[in-house]
Amino acid sequence: MKDRRGIVIGLVAVIAAAGVAPLLSAYPLTLLTQAAIVAVLAMSLDVLLGYTGLPSLGHAAYFGVAAYAVGILATDYQRGFLVCLVAGLVLATLTAAVFGLLAIRATGTYFLMITLALGMVVWGLAFRWVSMTKGDNGIAGVPRPELGLPWSMGAPLPFFYVVLVAALVAWALLGLLVRSPFGLTLQGIRESDSRMRALGYNVWLHKYLAFVLSGAFAGFAGVFWAYYNGFVSPVDVQLVTSVETLLMVALGGPGTLAGPALGAALIVFLKNFVSVYTKRWLLILGAVYIGVILFAPRGVPGAFRRNR
Amino acid sequence: MRTRAFTVLLLATFVAPLLAPPAPAAQGAPIKIGFLAPLTGPFAQIGKDMVNGTELFLDEIKREVAGRKVELIVEDTEGQPSTALNKSRKLVEQDKVHLLTGGLLANVGYALQPFIDGAQIPATYPVIAADDITQRKPAKWIVRTGWTTSQPMHPFADWVLKNTKYKKITTIGMDYAFGYETVGGFQRVFEEGGGQIVQKIWTPLNTNDFAPFLSQIKRDSDAVLALFVGRLALQFMKQYEEAGLHGKLPLLGGGTTTDESVLPQMGDEALGTLTALHYSQAIDSPANQKFARAFEARAGKIASYYSEATYTNMRWITEAIKAVGGKAEDRAALLAALRKVDIKDTARGPLSVDAHGNPVQTIYIRKVERVGGKLQNTVITSYPAVSQFWKYKAEDYLKQPLYAREYPPCKACQ
Repeated sequence: MKDRRGIVIGLVAVIAAAGVAPLLSAYPLTLLTQAAIVAVLAMSLDVLLGYTGLPSLGHAAYFGVAAYAVGILATDYQRGFLVCLVAGLVLATLTAAVFGLLAIRATGTYFLMITLALGMVVWGLAFRWVSMTKGDNGIAGVPRPELGLPWSMGAPLPFFYVVLVAALVAWALLGLLVRSPFGLTLQGIRESDSRMRALGYNVWLHKYLAFVLSGAFAGFAGVFWAYYNGFVSPVDVQLVTSVETLLMVALGGPGTLAGPALGAALIVFLKNFVSVYTKRWLLILGAVYIGVILFAPRGVPGAFRRNR
Repeated sequence: MRTRAFTVLLLATFVAPLLAPPAPAAQGAPIKIGFLAPLTGPFAQIGKDMVNGTELFLDEIKREVAGRKVELIVEDTEGQPSTALNKSRKLVEQDKVHLLTGGLLANVGYALQPFIDGAQIPATYPVIAADDITQRKPAKWIVRTGWTTSQPMHPFADWVLKNTKYKKITTIGMDYAFGYETVGGFQRVFEEGGGQIVQKIWTPLNTNDFAPFLSQIKRDSDAVLALFVGRLALQFMKQYEEAGLHGKLPLLGGGTTTDESVLPQMGDEALGTLTALHYSQAIDSPANQKFARAFEARAGKIASYYSEATYTNMRWITEAIKAVGGKAEDRAALLAALRKVDIKDTARGPLSVDAHGNPVQTIYIRKVERVGGKLQNTVITSYPAVSQFWKYKAEDYLKQPLYAREYPPCKACQ
């Protein structure tokens, strides 16, 4: 029941966005595009936080590694979309695979701290490996991809639809993942680590695979992020990005996929919309976070559910 | 109830910005200028200086130029490239501004460059100093009204060679592009003139304690060249004195190390520091005295280089708008006019533009002194009409790599 509700709300949002997109001017359209990309990042973290119960503070790392891969390949080597996409996914997955080996041994606060430290390692690399990443200045001028479609991706509308389709694919794959026996096992682990072990499940392996898959999807978002901004810098891999993603998931309600995606969209719009009207927009954003914690600890959809 | 409140909140957030109508752009309507500055986050104070400088000039001309009203739209970048990009899109595509200006950090400058060139919108950078924006990666649609990082350091090295006995210098600076370009510019001219950089120390941007770095400084160097910004400048000065180095190893610095945005919070530890920049609040010219007094009256604090930069930037822009007879809609003409500006009496002295879109301007050699109980950057001497290429030929200069952590290499280190 809960699942179906999330899917319906999510689909309504997607169809609404796709429907109004042609009527919008360029600026709101770029915000919708950004919302769709960040939504994928939030959903990928939800697999860890909401379904497996592992709060990661290093999610910007995989996102950023993929973005950097695209940035470097598309500018210095002028590679096409497919090469960049594959390279971004592979590198993000590899990073997650290595980090997972180090992080999965811990849980709770310790897991949080280890992922935070590992995330900082990637940030340090982005900042200091200047010959590769151009350091603090960032990589500018990443061209929009040519997909062999009749529409130029340089225009906001076609690019938005491509991103929307990519986000839908990610949502569908993640949805299948969390509903599969594998996903149900993850939820079991979230509820009781020891009981699952007693039942004969390989808990470590399940957690590890969830970690790696989650990193791969974060990388998927990162690929589009690099194309969207045309720019990659250490800001994309810094702690603030990880924390913001965590807040998006918390806002949308962990363990619902569609929730964190909408949470992500909500934050993108709040940030860009409210800040136009007041310099004190951080205050409003803070009030929203506190409001959610006080009145809707399971996220905004959680508040809906309790009312029924 | 709660459900309804959330629904309203959700709808309001998503729908409202979509409904905001795109502004009409008609002749006779105001000229719109989009201004980007970090108004929240660690650089908010500097962002405030930038907005104050801009508003001050607009108030002086009663927000009117060439018979048209000027409307300033200020947007917050948070000091982050992706936010700055979003806000620029908003300014250009939704507000339909005629010109984009502002920005503080180099990464914001590099991030906006492809967007600005793609949207073909005239833009100026009053503060962003990253060398390559007007050197090896020139932007067609951006005119710099500020400076390049290495621009003041070339004449500074020349001055140090000719007027002091310092031959062996240790450098200590923040570990990022702004630091590399400051130290690199100094090192190149200093070593070509017979001096030696004997040690280069780089400190992370989030350093909280300089003691371990200060203890490394070679005590047999003749002087130390320091490059810090904001909070770090304050802390470095204090710890330099605590380490017993003040007065023993003379201190030189990039202009921001003693900028007026931090100078009032410093004490005697800053006295005697020699720096170079294209501005000092203490420049003794009528134009600067008028600006400095007006700024202090408005902002309640003394003018920093950031406030002068944006003040003069706005004057530069209005000169260009006058030159095209107020037709700010003609983007190509406005850009051409921006590239032709030549003002003799700005607060920082005479200004003109070189072929690459960077100002040719006076560089001031300054010394921190206490005058009337307050610290100031007293101007010792000045180098008129300094170009970003110093005395090198532009083509030769551009063949050199960009100043970096390891360039120029430190031959005399160890």
